[in-house]
Amino acid sequence: MMHTADVLKVFAEHRGDAIVISGRGGKHWLQISDTALDLPLGDPAMGGHSGFGLGLALAQPNKRVVLFDSEGDILMSLGQLPTIAEQAPANFYHFILDNEVYATTGGQPVPGAKNVDYAGIAKASGYPRAYSFANIEDFTRELPGILAGPGPVFIALKVLPEVENTPIGQRVRWRKRSADKVVTDVRTALGIV
Amino acid sequence: MSTEALSPETVMREMKQNGVTDIVWLPDSETNWLYLLMKADPDLRLVGVTREGHACSIAAGLYAGGHKPMILIQNTGMLESGDSIRGWLMGLNIPVVLMVGYRGYTRHGVNTDTAATYTERFLMAFNIPFFLIENDADSDRITKAFELADKTRQPVVVLVGDEFHGFNR
Repeated sequence: MMHTADVLKVFAEHRGDAIVISGRGGKHWLQISDTALDLPLGDPAMGGHSGFGLGLALAQPNKRVVLFDSEGDILMSLGQLPTIAEQAPANFYHFILDNEVYATTGGQPVPGAKNVDYAGIAKASGYPRAYSFANIEDFTRELPGILAGPGPVFIALKVLPEVENTPIGQRVRWRKRSADKVVTDVRTALGIV
Repeated sequence: MSTEALSPETVMREMKQNGVTDIVWLPDSETNWLYLLMKADPDLRLVGVTREGHACSIAAGLYAGGHKPMILIQNTGMLESGDSIRGWLMGLNIPVVLMVGYRGYTRHGVNTDTAATYTERFLMAFNIPFFLIENDADSDRITKAFELADKTRQPVVVLVGDEFHGFNR
């Protein structure tokens, strides 16, 4: 198991000019980067981040699009994987942060928490490349090679859960921009009128 | 083609006229003729989904990247997509047109299909504007839907009251 913050720090060294949809890593990624090409969307509706990443990658084929999804989101929308694989955007890098639980609702285990092979599902859905990592040394060593190749690529990462138990209304809001502002900002940065 | 029917050629013309770049869709029982036309158009990307709610976040991503997607689904799938419409389309201010097959709709108001029973009620509950089209003569409402979506930066629905074979009274 890795710390999400460590995973993101390792990735940040290789980010380049990629668009980053920080997904379930949003709170930590905000400490690393918060430009118009960083998309902390929060949780518009669970299960949809992979679709958003696909759409953005298809619309911006010359920009690398990186998504930090989660296993809970993937489980909710397994059917997105064949759609992504069929469209096959070569610029799409699909990471999932697998903490085996629903962390924001108190840490209840996801179905099949210990058993599901997410990289296997991605591969069987048609992703040309899929990887799994559970320790930071292996991830650090392999990441440059993974990012050097074309997408779509799926990278499943075992991370430690950061469980929240306080009522939603009492939680500290970490996002600095609303989700619709995030969309407006990236469009402006990409020169879309 | 009789004006009693909505022809797929008319729908295609409206899509092209309004600059649609991508169709995010899940087939329903009566859109095959449109599918064949869309598939033959090299300038139109078809993104097939496995569940209608997925179309919302894909469309949102396409819009964020500067494309102009349209969602093509059936009303049954729209009912299933409620939270995705709320979060990914309404919440992100995505100006997208959803063309929705109105399964079960009849002009006389008597239907035997609960998909039709709840369609307009669903849209009213979500405060999503909608236009009903039944035949080619109604097709300018598709353009009006695109104009309204752009103006409000919100999703707008076009309900297809009878799909491509003439109205079944």
